[in-house]
Amino acid sequence: MFKRAWGALRQGLAKTADALGGKLRALLHGRRLDAATLDEVERLLISADVGVKAAAELTASLRAEFAAGTVERGEDAIEHLKKAICARCGGRSTAIAVAERSPTVILVVGINGVGKTTSVAKIAHSLRSSGKSVLLAAADTFRAGAVKQLTIWSERLGVDIVRGKDGADPASVVFDAAEAAVARGVDVLLVDTAGRLHTQEHLMRQLTKLRSVLERKIPGAPHETLLVIDATSGQNAIRQAELFSKAAGVTGIFLAKLDGTAKGGVVVAIGDEMGIPVKLVGTGETPEDVQPFDPASFVEAMLGAPEGPA
Amino acid sequence: MFEGLTRRFQDTYRDLTGKGRLSESNVREALAEVRTALLEADVEQGVADSFCNEVLSEAVGERVTRSLKPGEEFIGIVHQKLVELMGPPAGTISLVSPGPTVVLMCGLQGSGKTTTCGKLAQWFRKRGQTVLVAACDLQRPAAVEQLEQVVMGVAALGGSRVAFHGEPDQCAEYGKAVGAAVGVARRALAKAKADKFDVLILDTAGRLHVDAALMNELESLDRAVEAHMRLLVLDAMTGQDAVRSAKAFHEKLEVDGVILSKFDSDTRGGAAISVKRVTGAPLRFVGVGEKPDDLEEFHPERAAGRILGMGDVVSLVERAQEAVKEEEAAELSAKMAEGRFTLDDFLKQLKTIRRMGPLKQILGMLPGVGSALSGIDMEDGKLDRIEAMVGSMTRKERADLDCLNRSRVKRISTGSGSTENDVNGLVKQFGMMQKMMKQFGGMAGAGKAAAMRQMAAAGAGGGFPTRGSTRTASPAAGFKKRKNR
Repeated sequence: MFKRAWGALRQGLAKTADALGGKLRALLHGRRLDAATLDEVERLLISADVGVKAAAELTASLRAEFAAGTVERGEDAIEHLKKAICARCGGRSTAIAVAERSPTVILVVGINGVGKTTSVAKIAHSLRSSGKSVLLAAADTFRAGAVKQLTIWSERLGVDIVRGKDGADPASVVFDAAEAAVARGVDVLLVDTAGRLHTQEHLMRQLTKLRSVLERKIPGAPHETLLVIDATSGQNAIRQAELFSKAAGVTGIFLAKLDGTAKGGVVVAIGDEMGIPVKLVGTGETPEDVQPFDPASFVEAMLGAPEGPA
Repeated sequence: MFEGLTRRFQDTYRDLTGKGRLSESNVREALAEVRTALLEADVEQGVADSFCNEVLSEAVGERVTRSLKPGEEFIGIVHQKLVELMGPPAGTISLVSPGPTVVLMCGLQGSGKTTTCGKLAQWFRKRGQTVLVAACDLQRPAAVEQLEQVVMGVAALGGSRVAFHGEPDQCAEYGKAVGAAVGVARRALAKAKADKFDVLILDTAGRLHVDAALMNELESLDRAVEAHMRLLVLDAMTGQDAVRSAKAFHEKLEVDGVILSKFDSDTRGGAAISVKRVTGAPLRFVGVGEKPDDLEEFHPERAAGRILGMGDVVSLVERAQEAVKEEEAAELSAKMAEGRFTLDDFLKQLKTIRRMGPLKQILGMLPGVGSALSGIDMEDGKLDRIEAMVGSMTRKERADLDCLNRSRVKRISTGSGSTENDVNGLVKQFGMMQKMMKQFGGMAGAGKAAAMRQMAAAGAGGGFPTRGSTRTASPAAGFKKRKNR
């Protein structure tokens, strides 16, 4: 399904590796641990947006191992952290769900400006590349230019699109799109929605409504509800995951904008607290810049190991 | 915003107040909790550390440890340090003469530049300036169209001239039009000069601070138009790393100020607290909604007050002044005093309050109310229902509720999509309110408070959304006292 594999993500994460992994390795490489080093590890984890709680827990387990004498060298500590972070944010299937009977419906949700529309284009591109037929639904009828933005993507990618007028009821667009998806017999219906702050209760209810419209038209839909999270966001992303899950039943996370220096560490906390797996990672602005999430490689790249399992 | 922080600070205050005298270890313990709260709120780690150290070194001084009210002294220090951290106020935006004053917007992808351009245009328009907004984002599909729609929306509000400059044919796929924006900006500047606009706002493409090509484009844009003001738009929900990205923008461009977008979310405000210290650029505005008017100037002093649960009465009054016409208010209070207050007047008042913003936001500005409201599902829906019910009444019914009979009530409930019980409840409560207003009007001084309480109790009985809104938390009362001293 995805052309470029983890090598590319490592490239995207290279800056992350420079920033966090680099520092972490510089700190731990070839050194024996001591209390001060362990404190510094905790600081580095916090600066990667892993969160105070997760960082404290990760270092606490490291301290315990250190006290027990099982972890003594810096390299052991890196290995230990890798495993611990993996256990928190991974261990679950990251495959995108496929409906038994087409169409598979993927609903994409998130707050304003996280990159929903670009992410939809990326998913559409990778589905197309793997030979699936795709229909886009432009259900963001609120933001100025959003329908146009997705339309441009549909033209560039050569996929069909169902859209309403700006300001139209998104539920009606979704309704039409679901009917069209069934009538045209497409493999996947991809629904882009308007950005909404998770604190806007009426907008969150609208999302619940969109879901039920899809459900009524296509049994079992949406088969996948992806929450797009901005890798630069801080601990508030946990609240986003909570409230979007409540309103729309989030089944996976699309971690966008992982190509800067941001580490997206907050997904560790989200995976841990909410049990929602990261499924895809966005690493640039072109449609090819998307990768399936692999916790082991993510951690490898984050902690800056010299060779990854590409 | 700030919700988690406020609660933590109030807990700390309570703990320290209970201690009687403060020792260094008390303060250290309290500050360890504060530091965790700051980090959970996404305050940049270095900022959180230095903040706590500064408070500690002041708080263990003689003044606090010998004070009989250590809790208040401590909070006083925290308040002062917070103000220092976020301040001083950025000062007004000065316009150059002859115009146009050129404002260059920049920021990461998705931070809210385009929406903020519209808000900023509206901000200038309200101050009597004519504004040209130009679309220099040629990277993201439909960004030009988006800005055009946003700007046209502002222009449609009337008043000073607001116009849009865009060259959609210059757009290209990502990474292929780097540099083309400079030409657009030059032509926009020429147009702004020729057509004598006071302000030119340039929207730019979102870019990563580590993308050398695009950062250089930004620099050449800046040079080409000789921007007078460079504003960085930053997402309020930004984490540790992104605050540092702001620093990179500042180093490249010497930004004159930061605008924090999406401040109406439930962010705990770490970015607001850190950005000044990390970048050195002042926080000028915060975006608090999706409409053109939803841009507020940032005041460090007031924000510190909100963080500590002291409320922000000054901002509340300012908003009220924008929403309420003076003659209207005078007429209403006269009506209340004379007992001529009708449902029509009530509806008018309700609408006025709602013009000021969502209920939760308004109440959150009152001292002590913010934290009491946290976790409460404060919906404006109940007000909608009341409006619908009153809207379904005839003029006669609104002026004189006594004429309501069963069939009228039935009609109103059908018309407003509510039940007959809802309508009866509204009528009953309004009757009680009217009676008490009469008492209230005829009373002076101490009696008023009692009547107020009665009124609140009447409100809490049913449809009126007063749940949890009348309780004032005790720590805040303490803060207020201190502030007044």
